[in-house]
Parts: sequence; C-alpha cells; structure tokens
Amino acid sequence: METRMGCCEDMRSLPTTRRALLLGGASFAAWAYLPKFARAADGRDPRLVLVILRGALDGLATIAPTADPDYAGLHGAIALSTSGPNAALPLDNFFSLHPAMPEFSRMYREKKAAVIHAVATPYRDRSHFDGQDVLESGFAGPGRVQSGWLNRALEGLPKGERVASGLAVGPITPLVLRGAAPTVGWAPLALPQASEDTAMRLLDLYQHRDAALGSALKQGIAFDKAAQGDDMKPKPGTGGVAAMRLAARGAARLMAADNGPRIGALAFDGWDTHANEGGPIGRLAQLLGGLDGALAEFETALGPRWRDTVIVVATEFGRTARINGTQGTDHGTGTVALLAGGAVNGGRVIADWPGLKPASLHQGRDLAPTTDLRAVMKGVLKDQFGLAEKVLAESVFPESAKVKPMHGLVA
Amino acid sequence: MARDSQAALVALNRFGFGARGGASGDVLDAASDPRGFVKAELGRPNRVLLEVPGLQSTPALGKAVFDYQFEIQQAREAAKSAAPPAAGEGASPRLEAKGQRRNLSLNGIAMEMAPKESPREPQAKPAENPGAMAPAEAMQPNAPKPAPQPLNIIQKTFRAEALARLQRAVIADGGFAERLVVFWSNHFCISANKGGPARMWAGSFEREAIRPHVLGRFADMLKAVEQHPAMLFFLDNQQSLGPDSRAGKNRNRGLNENLAREILELHTLGVGGGYSQDDVTSLANVITGWTYAGRLGQLGAPGTFVFNANAHQPGAQRVMGKVYDAGGVAQGEAVLADIARHPSTAKFIAGKFARHFVSDDPPAALVARLADVFTKTGGDLKALALALVDSDEAWSAPLSKIRSPYEFLVAAGRLLAQVPNNPNLYLAGLRALGQPLWSPAGPNGFPDSNAAWLAPEGMKLRLDISTQIASRLAEGVDPRDLLELAAADTASVETRRTVERAESRQQALALLLMSPEFQRR
Repeated sequence: METRMGCCEDMRSLPTTRRALLLGGASFAAWAYLPKFARAADGRDPRLVLVILRGALDGLATIAPTADPDYAGLHGAIALSTSGPNAALPLDNFFSLHPAMPEFSRMYREKKAAVIHAVATPYRDRSHFDGQDVLESGFAGPGRVQSGWLNRALEGLPKGERVASGLAVGPITPLVLRGAAPTVGWAPLALPQASEDTAMRLLDLYQHRDAALGSALKQGIAFDKAAQGDDMKPKPGTGGVAAMRLAARGAARLMAADNGPRIGALAFDGWDTHANEGGPIGRLAQLLGGLDGALAEFETALGPRWRDTVIVVATEFGRTARINGTQGTDHGTGTVALLAGGAVNGGRVIADWPGLKPASLHQGRDLAPTTDLRAVMKGVLKDQFGLAEKVLAESVFPESAKVKPMHGLVA
Repeated sequence: MARDSQAALVALNRFGFGARGGASGDVLDAASDPRGFVKAELGRPNRVLLEVPGLQSTPALGKAVFDYQFEIQQAREAAKSAAPPAAGEGASPRLEAKGQRRNLSLNGIAMEMAPKESPREPQAKPAENPGAMAPAEAMQPNAPKPAPQPLNIIQKTFRAEALARLQRAVIADGGFAERLVVFWSNHFCISANKGGPARMWAGSFEREAIRPHVLGRFADMLKAVEQHPAMLFFLDNQQSLGPDSRAGKNRNRGLNENLAREILELHTLGVGGGYSQDDVTSLANVITGWTYAGRLGQLGAPGTFVFNANAHQPGAQRVMGKVYDAGGVAQGEAVLADIARHPSTAKFIAGKFARHFVSDDPPAALVARLADVFTKTGGDLKALALALVDSDEAWSAPLSKIRSPYEFLVAAGRLLAQVPNNPNLYLAGLRALGQPLWSPAGPNGFPDSNAAWLAPEGMKLRLDISTQIASRLAEGVDPRDLLELAAADTASVETRRTVERAESRQQALALLLMSPEFQRR
C-alpha cells in the first residue's frame, strides 16, 4: 500500500519508464520536422481531449434546468436549487451548474466553457456496453466495428499534417482511439484497485447468492481499509477523485509538449448512480468535483497550449428524469456534453430544450434528446482540425450525413 | 437443457479448469455428454506428459545448477581472498525488492494476460507504432530505473518450466488431466524455496516423477517420487547416513528421518495410518544411501538417482510389522511397494482425492468406494479417476469449493482465451494470492479447503486482481457473452443482472470473474 501511495505522490515527475523513454528517444529525430500540424495561417496548434464518463452521467443533476417548472418535482430530494446552502451556480436564467464544479463555473464565466444540453448519441436502448460502443465507435449502432471515431479522425487528417499520434490514458486504449492510426498509451503508475462501487455491486450479488464469499470479502475490504489507515486518502484507480486529477495532469503534460500528442482520450468510471446519488453533496457531487479538478489540471498543465485546446466531456447516455425509489436515477437517454478549454467559444448553454412535462419526456421517463452528440463532435473536429464535412460524414461518423456539424463551438 | 448445463459446469469446473473462451464450444461439448467429456482426456495417456522443446532432463538440469553454484562459490572465494569483504557486493544476485512484491504481483496478472504488453514495464503501453512515440520533457523521470538483472540459469529454467505448465493448463480441452497432475504434484510436493537445485528441478520433477504415472500406478509414482533427486534434496535424504554404514562410521553424521517420516505421514499411510516412530526410524534406515550424484559425478552421472551403498545402513529392518532383509536399494523399493498397497494408504488417498474434487467434507460412501477401487486395482490411478467420474456424488454435490488461486487464474486465462507467453505475472499473482507455484510452505503442500482459500484478504486480492485483468482485457469482449460461455443457462438471475448492469465492460468482467459461478467449482 505504501508503495502505491508513494507512486501517486511521485506523479509530479510523471513516472514513465525506461522503455517509453527509449522509444521516445528513437523517434525524436524522425519527428524533428514536426509539428507541421499547426495551422500556419493563425499560428494555432490545436489540442483535443475527449473525456468519457462511463456509467451514464445524470445530465439533469450536472446542469440543472432550475427554471423548468417540472425539474424540482422530478428530481425530488436530490434536485439542485439556486438558493439555500450549497446552491447551484447559475449559468443563465434557466440552467444552473452543480456546485461541485467551481472551476468549470469560472471557465464558463470566462467564456472558455460551454454546455450542450438534451444531447445523446443515436443509441436509444439502455445497455452501458452498447451505449459506450456507439459513443466510441461513432457508428449508429453497437457492435459494428473495432475502431473508434477519434482514431478515424486522426486518419482523416491531411497527409503531411500528421499529429504525433493520439494519446490513450489508462491501462488500455479505449475503443474511441483504437484503429489504424498510431496511438501511444500512458497510465498513472498507480495500480488499479477495485473501486468501491464494484465492491458494493459484488457484495450485493454475494448477499443474494453466496453468503460465505460475501462475508469473507466484506472483512477483506475492512482489513484493507484499516491497513491503509485512512479511507479518505486518494485511491489509485480510475474511479477515485484524486485519480482523475492524476490522470488529467499526466495527460496534459504529455500533450503540452511541442512534439506531444495533439489528441487524447481518457475515461473516468463510476457515474452509474442508481442509488444514493446525492444532491449538492454526496456521491455524484464527489465525482463531479473530481471531473472539475481534472479540467483544472488540464488548464494548468497545458500551459500556453490551453489557449488552443478543446476538452469534450461526454457520456454514453443520460438518466431518468424522475428519481427512483433509492434516491438515485436509472438509465435514461438525453444528457449533457461539456466543453472546456481556451479554444472554446463558451459562456453558453446550447440547448433546444424539450421540457420535462410527462408528454415531453422520451418514453415518458427520460430527458428527450434534441441534439445529436455527433453534431457536437463533428463541429469540434471541423473547427479544431479542419476536417472536411465529407470525411466526417463518411469515415469518422459513417452514415451521418444528415447530422450537420454544429457551428461556432470553437472560438 | 438446464440439467445438461449443470452437468457441463461440473465437467468443466469441478473436474477441469473451466470453459475456454473464443470459439471453443466447451460448454456445449460438455453438456452433450458430460461424463464422456471428462473421460475423453484420460483416453490419451500422452496428454498428461509435458514434452516441450527446450525443457531438459533432471540430470542435465542438475549438472547445470551444480556448475552454476560452483562458479558462484569460486567467485565468492576469489573475492574474499582478494579483498576484505565489502558490504553489498555479494556475488549472488538478489532480484526482488521485498517490499514491492505484492504490488508487482497485483499489477502482474492482467499484464501477463494482455498480449502485446511489455511485462517488465507495467505502466507503459508500447505504442502501436513505436516510431510515433513522442517524448515529452515532462516524461523524464527523476532517476532512471536500474536495468533489470539478467536472469540466472535457475530462474530461467524455473520460468520456462512454469510457462510450459501454464500454457498446457490454459489450452487443455477440459483440463481434467491437468487437474490430476496438479493434485498429484501437490500430494507429492517439493518446494522450490528449498534451494537452487529444488528450484531448478521443480518442473522436471513433475514431468518425470508425476506425469508419467498420473494415469498409471500409485506404486510407480511413489517410487519415482522418492527416488527423484528433487525429493531427496527437498527432504534431506542425500544427507542421511546409516549409523553403521561405512560413511556413517567415518563421519560424524547419521540418520535423517525427514523423508521417511513424510513418506509415511504425507505420501502413503497418512497421520493415524498405523505407523509408529519405530517404523519411521526403520524406514529412514532402509532408505539411507538413496541420493543423487553430485557435480563431480563420483557416484554416477551428475543429477541422477544413485544408491550409495557406503551410506546405507546394513542389515534387515522391520517396517509395519514386516521384516525386510538387507538388499541394497531393493530393500527400500520393497517397503514402498508394500505401503503403497496398505489399506491406510488407500483410505488416505481416497479421502484426499474426494476432498479435492468434490467437497471439503466428501460423502463417506464415495470415499469408501474410491478406496475400494484403489485397493482392488492395485493402486491404478486411472481407475481411481474414472471411479470418481462414474460416481453419482461427484455430479450431484453442489459446486461448493472455491477455486484455488491457481485454478482461478488459469480459469480466467482460459475464459479470456489468453495463452501466456511469459509466466512472470501468473507467478506474481500466485504469490500474491498465497499459492506460489511449486513452493508450498511445507511438505504437506498447499491446503485444499475453503477455509484456506476463502479468506478475507484473499477475497479482496482476488477482486483487485480481477479488476486489473478486466481493466486490460475487457475491451473487445462482451462480458455477457463470456458469462454465457462460462456458465451458460446456469448463471443465476442475480449474476446475469449484475454483469448486465455493470457500468462498464471492465466492471462487468471483474464482477463476472468474481461471481459465485466463476469462483466456485
């Protein structure tokens, strides 16, 4: 355990490995003429980061339509309010930001952050795996292909203007970055431990099916906590709040380099808030605080490159508009996408708001999607990297000609 | 179908190492004829042998390890006479920093199972196109890592042997034959931790003394084991001298009862099997002179079993009420042959066999029947295995045993269709989970009960290791399909739901690996 904690603290030095350095050293000369990716005309050298929130983010809890007359009733005990303690942070006269996200709030005020609301991928069922498959593959349905739209976007860049590959943060390359174009991987040194959420789900299963396994595991977890001394210490892995910051900081440092990757993707787990989601404080609040911290880490560590950066935060689908019987929300449809970065034309919530009346809800339960997430992604790719609409419609997001790139997302 | 699926699970999990992923169709095959599926592996005796290019015989390995140790010793002595001893400059390489073991091992498993990953560098993922890796200034570590020590001959050999065994286990059809090998290897265990020769021979011992007899006769296995250099070294018999032997009289050393005691207590009759201290002493005398030839080969080719008449206690000995006349090596072989067919041995083996495969507390009728088969067939181990497969108890008893760490990791490798090409991370995982390969804490081998493996810390570690496996291997697999492959329609509604509702493939796979369906056998 101590070694692990030590590793985390050592993150300042971005512990890469001898092997990685050797690889890097060998390639240094080959890439010395780069980057020619920068847009010569205005001297921009754009960066794009995709943050995937696995588990389905509650968009109505993140960016709350506090002025919608039906919101408070649907979201019940966990609804945000613009008054009282831990008040939500108003974004305009209709939407408010979760109070756990002060950094995003500041970026928004500085017009470096934007929200797209009532957004969804083309996927309309409610399986996480399939939803993530659609989100990452860029295809209209699940299970079609083993490559991702971000990788195909890399491939689609004009020849001679290659970015120094895509950066996959984490122990494996997420689907969105997999494919023919080269990618590099980097993971924080910390070893992934099972998240508390995974442990809880397993304990729940054991409780129903195997009491002996359950009682052993329960004790084992308790021992482990005791051995670590303090359960509030940052836990390594992909789920913890501290781990989000670590991953972001590391990724940002790599991408800040002149010859570093221009495109990166990382995924944070734990957003499947079926029970005890919490309102202004609680489980989701903690996670959002971690995300907020990660965005701030990007801003800091990207340094001057922040100016040319767009971070897109997306999730596979949303959650039910009405809370369930366990103070949480179940799998839904429409949700939010967040944009942050110096290149974002921000200070806006972009939404064709469908309303939350029973008849307006998708299948009577979910926030109805009015914007295709692919339009957001296409808009960013087009404005950041100059990708042609035809390439976007045919190879990056196949068969999506009808979904036009959203204009003006990049300043 | 439900009934057949249940039987298929018994065939695959109770008797084997679990269903293989990919397109193996193991569950369907096993469901169509569960008993036949299990027995099929026993019809091909060659299947239990492990003949892999590069794996050497015990004498060849013996010679190599003796020479290696001799060189080290020479170097050490040369250094000692050349200069006063300096701290930290010993000649023997030390490879692992103790404090990091567990973390390394935790990291290990998934690394190992993931193809294309560099096993030495768990934190770095090789670029799909290495030429495109861009170094960033920020990536410079404060201090470069020390280059890993090159492996010595002992470590290289151990890993090659481990790899061959792991690969066999992962690709085996159902795995019953391999499970039998593991059972017998643990019954007649040595520990690689004993020292260089034991580590060197851990694999060849199993290949030469265990595997050829897994579907043969118990008496033959017993003899092969007790005359194998690895066992003689592990239980000190090469040091044991008959008090009245020529060597015993010349030197100030005598009898060592270690091997004799374990033969009676652990290998044959069992505790309470009717032997006394006198029997132990007598047997120890009987097997004095059972040793192996050393580096210089004075007694025979280095690393071969030899009978050293000079160390042998002369005269007749009484063991278990029977007098064995003097007769050199034949005296001991006669004792072994007799105790191999002793009723206590039959009972002891039958109980242990049933406990391993069926339950911690196996049905008495089953144990009695197995003991009977053992006795009537003269210790035919294939007949014993078939009797178990033919028993109703083995198919009707609930799958209540938790998989041992070895069974768990191999089962995971099979389900995820990951044939290892490097054993290090399996080895590390086994160490973390308390079952270091070929290295039990004592001559009684690894425990074989839920009490041992269903421990709190062990379960938490299993969960962490499952998470790590999943974090690397979940992409590109559908955990719902894997659950189908692993458990077919016997998966409980709750397990199915837990896997389906997981928030990511990674989480789903970790939960699947930890589900009762996957943990129990």
